[in-house]
Amino acid sequence: MIQMNNVVKKYPNGVVAANGISIDIKKGEFVYVVGPSGAGKSTFIKLMYREEKPTSGDVVIAGMNLSNLKNRQVPQLRRQLGVVFQDFKLLPRLNVYENVAFALEVIEENPKDIRKRVMEVLDLVGLKHKVRMFPNELSGGEQQRVSIARSIVNMPKVVIADEPTGNLDPETSWEIMNIFEEINSRGTTIVMATHNREIVNTIRKRVIAIEGGLIVRDVYGGDYGYEG
Amino acid sequence: MYEMYTEVTTAMKGRTIRRHFRESIKSLGRNGWMTFASISAVTVTLLLVGVFTIIMMNLNKVADDIEKDVEVKVLIEIIADPAEAKSAEAKLMKDIKNLPGVSEVVYSSKEQELDLLIESYGEDLSLFEQSNPLNNVLYVKAKEPQQTVNVAKKIEKFDNVNDVKYGEEKVGKLFSFLNTSRNVGLVLILGLLFTAIFLISNTIRITIIARKDEIEIMKLVGATNSFVRIPFVIEGMWLGVLGSIVPMTIVSIVYVNIFKVLQPKLNGELLQILDVTPLLYQVNALILVMGILIGVWGSFMSVRKFLKV
Repeated sequence: MIQMNNVVKKYPNGVVAANGISIDIKKGEFVYVVGPSGAGKSTFIKLMYREEKPTSGDVVIAGMNLSNLKNRQVPQLRRQLGVVFQDFKLLPRLNVYENVAFALEVIEENPKDIRKRVMEVLDLVGLKHKVRMFPNELSGGEQQRVSIARSIVNMPKVVIADEPTGNLDPETSWEIMNIFEEINSRGTTIVMATHNREIVNTIRKRVIAIEGGLIVRDVYGGDYGYEG
Repeated sequence: MYEMYTEVTTAMKGRTIRRHFRESIKSLGRNGWMTFASISAVTVTLLLVGVFTIIMMNLNKVADDIEKDVEVKVLIEIIADPAEAKSAEAKLMKDIKNLPGVSEVVYSSKEQELDLLIESYGEDLSLFEQSNPLNNVLYVKAKEPQQTVNVAKKIEKFDNVNDVKYGEEKVGKLFSFLNTSRNVGLVLILGLLFTAIFLISNTIRITIIARKDEIEIMKLVGATNSFVRIPFVIEGMWLGVLGSIVPMTIVSIVYVNIFKVLQPKLNGELLQILDVTPLLYQVNALILVMGILIGVWGSFMSVRKFLKV
């Protein structure tokens, strides 16, 4: 589902955030990406949804080689992925329903199907009763649930999450993790960058550790592995 | 899997276009103050444009009228024999008509000339009716007012011409003055247009910069550039339309009233202002079209900057 082949990413300011990363993530896997701040986790994630282009090497997502991808094809890639961010990235002027529906409107889905599908995912994340509320009226955990609903509403093969629990309190974080596990159990591949050692050590999954732009550890059912 | 490589070039569905319109109107409401700021900028500048255009068009009309009023007065030599006089006058008239650049020749006998004088200066002059000292006259108009001087000089050389009058120096100065004022007016309007474009598109840019994050999010969710851009551009169009309502109303009401007050006073005078009907349609159309163009263009350019996510 996700392959990286000797990927190097060098930023214009000289920082090398990926220094020859190769990885193969299979369909249906749940993968944590861990590592100290500034080690290249975010770049690793951004390379997957083509916010960043690799300096060299290949990134292949769901059969699309991102090196050959033209700018105008990027929307096609992003429709195959769901992306969840630490800061939720909801559209502030749209309400809960509209935020989730937006991901279906961009693919010009039939309005009847949009309604049905949006209510389904809002039910899944437990926000069916707050469809008319705006993001600033919701708690952080609720906002993140909206953002997850949006990321899965068009049934992507992969959900990529960049520290989805980073801004949330522990209790809410567990609720969010439950949703991710539920999504994963339905066959969606999940790649999640995280700093939350408790989660990684409790819900055991494949763990990829990145340091200095390199994968230093790749263990199935591994632990967080960093102190504090 | 490779079907994903196809670009998003399929024609936009009707319901998506309707969605863009819905979205643009919703956005106007939800952006309250930003919408208000943009509309105000459009309103103020278009009001200036409208007022200046009306002033300039009227000045132009006055200049045209003055120019058209310029004519050459040809005094015909007095010939004693009536038959001879008649044929000489006919020949002169034909010659003048054949001159290039002449549009109109009107004959006025010395009796008619005296009537004109009596009309202007009073019955005292009626004693001249016994022995009229005036000449028969031809009034000549040039096709282009600027040719007046040339035409007059040519007529001077014809036979049986006693004198040619056209206010030599005055006409020259008048024309150069009118031309200068027209050019100044044109420069003023152009300057104002550029200011308007700059001011309005800048205001719109600021409101869109405030929504930079929104554009970025839309792109991250998989929206194509046009999907993001079209609602903004339609919104720009609404801003233009809404912003031109007040200027159109003010300009129309004020001009109609000015016309009502001035028109009776100017009746029969050389100086005339433009009629309400074609002028207000033209100026209002100009205001509306400019508002829409600037709104659309301003939005288009401003969104473009943020689409490269």
